[in-house]
Amino acid sequence: MTSGARGPSALREPALARTLRFRHGVHPPELKALTAALPIRRMPFPDELVLPLRQHLGKPARLLARVGDAVERGDKLAAADGFVSVPVHASATGVVSEVGLVPHPDGGFEPGLRIAVEPWSAQRPRSRLVPEWEQLSPPQLVAAVQDAGVVGLGGAAFPTHVKLSPPEGKRVRQIVLNGCECEPYLTTDHRTMVEYPERVLTGLRIMMRCLGVERALIGIERNKPDAIEAISAVLPSDLDVRVQPLTVKYPQGAEKMLIKALLGVEVPSGGLPLELGVLVQNVASAATIAEVFETGLPLVERIVTVTGRGVARPANLIVPLGVKLRDVFEACGGLTDDAAEVVLGGPMMGAAVANLDAPVLKGSTGVVVLTEQDCRQREVYACIRCGRCLESCPVFLDPQRLGALAGARRYESMRALHLSDCMLCGCCSYACPSHIPLSQLFRVSRDALRRQEATA
Amino acid sequence: MSARELIVSASPHLASPDSTPRIMWNVVGSLVPVVAASAWFFGPSALLVILAATAGALLPERVWGSSGSLADGSAAITGLLLGLTLPPGLPLWMAFLGGAFGIGLGKLVFGGLGHNVFNPALLGRAFLQAAFPVALTTYPAVGLGAGVHSWWSLRGDNFALPLMSPRPDVISAATPLGLMKFEGTGTELSDLFLGSTGGSLGETSSLVILICGAYLAVRRYLEWRIPVSIFASVALLGGAVWLLSDRADPDPLFLLCSGGLMLGATYMATDMVTSPTTHAGCWIFGAGIGALVVLIRFWGGLAEGVMYAILLMNALVPFINRATRPRVFGARPVRVEP
Repeated sequence: MTSGARGPSALREPALARTLRFRHGVHPPELKALTAALPIRRMPFPDELVLPLRQHLGKPARLLARVGDAVERGDKLAAADGFVSVPVHASATGVVSEVGLVPHPDGGFEPGLRIAVEPWSAQRPRSRLVPEWEQLSPPQLVAAVQDAGVVGLGGAAFPTHVKLSPPEGKRVRQIVLNGCECEPYLTTDHRTMVEYPERVLTGLRIMMRCLGVERALIGIERNKPDAIEAISAVLPSDLDVRVQPLTVKYPQGAEKMLIKALLGVEVPSGGLPLELGVLVQNVASAATIAEVFETGLPLVERIVTVTGRGVARPANLIVPLGVKLRDVFEACGGLTDDAAEVVLGGPMMGAAVANLDAPVLKGSTGVVVLTEQDCRQREVYACIRCGRCLESCPVFLDPQRLGALAGARRYESMRALHLSDCMLCGCCSYACPSHIPLSQLFRVSRDALRRQEATA
Repeated sequence: MSARELIVSASPHLASPDSTPRIMWNVVGSLVPVVAASAWFFGPSALLVILAATAGALLPERVWGSSGSLADGSAAITGLLLGLTLPPGLPLWMAFLGGAFGIGLGKLVFGGLGHNVFNPALLGRAFLQAAFPVALTTYPAVGLGAGVHSWWSLRGDNFALPLMSPRPDVISAATPLGLMKFEGTGTELSDLFLGSTGGSLGETSSLVILICGAYLAVRRYLEWRIPVSIFASVALLGGAVWLLSDRADPDPLFLLCSGGLMLGATYMATDMVTSPTTHAGCWIFGAGIGALVVLIRFWGGLAEGVMYAILLMNALVPFINRATRPRVFGARPVRVEP
């Protein structure tokens, strides 16, 4: 914390004169008023849970349970298979009714299991010995985080323990907590910060202990003044942790944009924040880590914003993992007659689901139900080269050129124009007055390039 | 819950309210005051010429364009803009032909909206200038005079038949730029700014064009960097020439307000399809147009150079775009302090 210390400037105090923002980006309507003021509530347990083994980035978990096994809430059903993997736990007491292919929100069917939920169970977790986290060494903490199945809850579901154990020679010097929640509609992180600020801070402390870090910044968009206030009220006096209100702009919550806004540095193209000595973690993930050491219960439920004009009663719900979407909607009064599209995640990056039997998983930040009016077909016009996609791209690509190349299937040329830096944030598609599905073109091109590389 | 059909579409599931037709029709709307001003100065001839040029532009778009492409408004813009670059007394069949050429050979052969290299309205005008040089440079005087008895009088032989020589019964007048170039006389600046000078339909009132352009820029339907850089480079280079010539040459303000510069810089150079996509590119593009305008006006054989300046820079747009592509976020050189 000494200002004269030599070291990456990313770690010095951000100069006050510097504006805390990233460049480009877009301003979609926020649409958060539907749920921003609603307290988090718990949904009732459904009759059946669907638990795929792949709920995180990395290798899917290895199945342990068998058909007929009686499981209690929090029991391990599948173990982590390797380092970049986390276990899957039973999110309700019941009996394993089926092992096999189950619907996955990504669209297909994947290995997993179903649990017939015990209707008379109180669903109270069995009492466990919960170690005092202050007594654990950093490696023990990291192992406990992995064992609890904790992943990033901001959407990508990257295993948290991997981020907490940087490779040899790399050191994290600063943690950035991400409370931006820049996706329209979603209020999951917002309500977490308002209702569980202590948990967020405790989780942050645990991560700081894991990494031996003494500084942290919490970035929150200015459209959540109550969250800024709640977090500011519980800031510790013994650690260098500060809250930084940020401009409301999409995609402020993208890792690279957040670091740019808070610290003024750019994560190298193709690189990780770790190269700057920074670790970014979502506030809800921090709260989950704290909860693990509070109750001993692993990650078996998460807060999900169920919203959109297609839902009768929008809500911020605590949803056990594996609950089918149709059960989630039932807990919210059902869908309206004009509900037309169900999007898992936010409206900018989330994926539409076709199957309401697909479950809510660890990475499901929200469920947005759009009405017919919201998703009426927009006519696609020819590109008029207005340049709005260039003005909106937060990583400074040339989406206009890339889009033309994608149309011609010139994927190699796209690679040369840094296609791999595209985050698929959707800003270009949003801004395009001709409604050209640019980010979808880039997604397809990227997959095509990957296939080419795999077969080459 | 009953079975229901769900839409499955690609993200993002939100889109900005703007659309290409909305942009185009806004431009059309913003041209209404400009057209009205030209009608004020040149009477029914102005409306007739503009209508003929627009009809000429719409016809090939309707016949050969992709279905429904009339509704996107881009052909209407081309026709209106072409009309505004023409002299009031032009035979209507020429105006019609220019519009048809601009859209047909300037845009549709390239593949329609978004695919053309050159501004179609300017191509149409360039074609007319090459084909009918005399008709295109015969300008009636503003106001009443010989042959013009009231606002209702035609300002030339608008109804001349194709391939017949028109019967000029209107006293023609040199444009301010022609006066400056070929006779060495200047024009009152206030006349230039408000529009009471001879010239093409849309070349007259700088004030109206500036106001309409500002409206478009505020609504973000116009890239303000292009006109600003054109004005700046004309003012700077023109100013330098003016100072070097011991203030004998016309001053920069005259250069800015005369001829087609205002209309060209505001409406033609900013055509999205034929201008650069990058911000840096827009500055270069505008500066290049300004420099070419000054070159042509002072040293070229023509009195007016805006049209050729814009067309020449149109040809360079793909190269400008490539040269000014922004540095990718986090790509080398990265700004990480030591």
